[in-house]
Amino acid sequence: MPEKKIRVLIAKPGLDGHDRGAKIIARALRDAGMEVIYTGLRQTPEMIASAAVQEDVDVIGLSILSGAHNTICPQLMNLLRAKGMDDVTVLVGGIIPGADIPALKQSGIAEIFLPGTSTQDIISFINERHAGLHPAKA
Amino acid sequence: MADQLKKDNLSASAAATSVAGDSPSLGANSTSDETSAGGGTPRTPSAAETHWEKTTLQKTLEKSPERQKTFTTISGHPIRRIYTDADLAGWDATRDLGFPGEPQYTRGIHSTMHRGRLWTMRQFAGFGTAEDTNQRFRYLLAQGQTGLSTAFDLPTLMGYDSDHALSEGEVGKCGVAISSLADMEVLFDQIPLANVTTSMTINSPAAVVWAMYLAVAEKQGADWKKLSGTLQNDILKEYIAQKEYIYPPEPSMRLVIDTFEFGVKHTPKFNPISISGYHIREAGSTAIQELAFTLRDGLEYVEWGLRRGLDVDEFVPQLSFFFNAHSDFFEEIAKYRAARRIWHKAMVERYKAKSPRTWALRFHTQTAGCSLTAQQPYNNVVRTAIQALAAVLGGTQSLHTNSLDEAWALPTEFAATLALRTQQVIAHETGVTNTVDPLGGSYFVESLTNEVESGAWDYVRKIDAMGGMVAAIERSYPQREIAEASYRYQMEVDRREKIIVGVNEYVSEERALDILQIDETVARRQAVRLSKLRAERSQEAVTQHLNSLRNAAKGTENLMPFIYDAVKVYATLGEICEAMRDVFGTYEEVAIT
Repeated sequence: MPEKKIRVLIAKPGLDGHDRGAKIIARALRDAGMEVIYTGLRQTPEMIASAAVQEDVDVIGLSILSGAHNTICPQLMNLLRAKGMDDVTVLVGGIIPGADIPALKQSGIAEIFLPGTSTQDIISFINERHAGLHPAKA
Repeated sequence: MADQLKKDNLSASAAATSVAGDSPSLGANSTSDETSAGGGTPRTPSAAETHWEKTTLQKTLEKSPERQKTFTTISGHPIRRIYTDADLAGWDATRDLGFPGEPQYTRGIHSTMHRGRLWTMRQFAGFGTAEDTNQRFRYLLAQGQTGLSTAFDLPTLMGYDSDHALSEGEVGKCGVAISSLADMEVLFDQIPLANVTTSMTINSPAAVVWAMYLAVAEKQGADWKKLSGTLQNDILKEYIAQKEYIYPPEPSMRLVIDTFEFGVKHTPKFNPISISGYHIREAGSTAIQELAFTLRDGLEYVEWGLRRGLDVDEFVPQLSFFFNAHSDFFEEIAKYRAARRIWHKAMVERYKAKSPRTWALRFHTQTAGCSLTAQQPYNNVVRTAIQALAAVLGGTQSLHTNSLDEAWALPTEFAATLALRTQQVIAHETGVTNTVDPLGGSYFVESLTNEVESGAWDYVRKIDAMGGMVAAIERSYPQREIAEASYRYQMEVDRREKIIVGVNEYVSEERALDILQIDETVARRQAVRLSKLRAERSQEAVTQHLNSLRNAAKGTENLMPFIYDAVKVYATLGEICEAMRDVFGTYEEVAIT
């Protein structure tokens, strides 16, 4: 167990308001001992990047169901790089067609969790990565 | 074993007692909740039942215990091993079941139900541009679909034009992009609005989109008085569940009541609202919460309408409902039956409604999108068929069946056709439409109907005590209840206490589906169309009508005529919503996790 709590920002970008998944993940990560900040709805990539800097988070979890991921994710990754947040782990959960996954990973998204993923799998992924087992990309 | 039996009895009666009576002022025609739930009175099994328990059952349990200690519905509602006459103590078939087409409408709102007329097969469709969706509409009508249902994209739902900065990446993705009357004209091109019923799933900007629809109807020469269809226009469930709101609750409710008032005068056959439990359930509620919050939303709209000075028997008959059909078959059927009873009782007792058209709850059903799995998507055909069957047995008036690929994307034409065929098979091959309410009188179904009804009344009373649904929303009460239920269910799935085939059990490798792709050219085509529109219309007329709307919004006049005038001169949806944003402001929820 790390001494310092892992800090996670759960964000819901885009116009979509379906927040069932985002709220479940926020609560599950909190129950697993992480420090979780939930942004609420309709966050632009700029708002998410600023919140990530301000809250000094280790992980950003994006919930996207609307099909806007190909627009939103690269924008956010560029903003994070510009702000020197290269080491933050960015995860995406939601409806992401298989064909879009390689490009998202190429843009720096660490992992994509599809519908049906158990909360335990996400918790384990974050814990392992931040226990140094999966070193962050340079 | 005897201990186990006792425990089962206890948990079942706990469920019954947790659901107490409604108001003490019960009409002669209605049932007290205590009576119909059998709640409060302990379950007294007959001598025969006790004998069976001690002999046959006991022996079986000694040899092989049951698979689980407790059995619950997908909502977590406890279910007994067997239901007998002991579960219907105090239940009176004449009073509580009655006959179809008569109060309390347990068996359905029409005396012949689906023998007389099948439900409307209404597949929700919309993607890309107005041209794309117009083609899909005409295809579906050619396949025997009997009503249209329009899905709008997120920018439209949020009151932004396709070329707004916040629309980037979202245009045409979750539905059709409609930014002005020009788009609406294309959407319904060659579809005679006088002869087809159209449902439009839009909420915060509902008045604007409805004005566009009425303008298209007028251009086609259709008589508004004969227009038939449904506007979703249910803003309360947006605050509660789906979260596509723009303005704060007060001005939003004013807009809703404006459409009621306008409708009573000009479009008497059009449903100005579809009070929706669907999204509440999709957000993770239980069946009882879906029912309770939806009906309490309904009561809220009735109360606001009455305060506007509308006559209960004039406007309430046009209020329609929309429920989810989830996978727990009997719980869903009980929910629809209980919904009709509650609405009837509330209309008679609370509002002294005189017209049977006011008493009878009419509803649309959609199978549960949240039950569809991305894994092994062909299993979704089976889920949808069973859910659709529950809706039919529960007496639905219209039905949308989801397509197998909808955990991934909007449906392909192939998948949408198969979903429609599912309804046609139920309607014509299974024989379930041959008799009205075939499950009526089942000990289990009647008991569950009573329990679901009582559980819903409990919530209704709680929200009454908070001062109504707007007040309850402002203190996040329904939002919190739903979040709790949804988290509880997810934990059950994660612990594999609830099995989802292909997800946490019976997992297998599979190949990817062919899904519908919406490309970014949709956004570009929309942007071109909008700039052409803005160049060609009379900017003076647009400014003038937007100013009139802004001024009217500051007062108390009905805004529908102002919105209609603005739409007619091709003010865009974004401009009209912005004019009202200027006056009403916007709503931000307190995010709860």
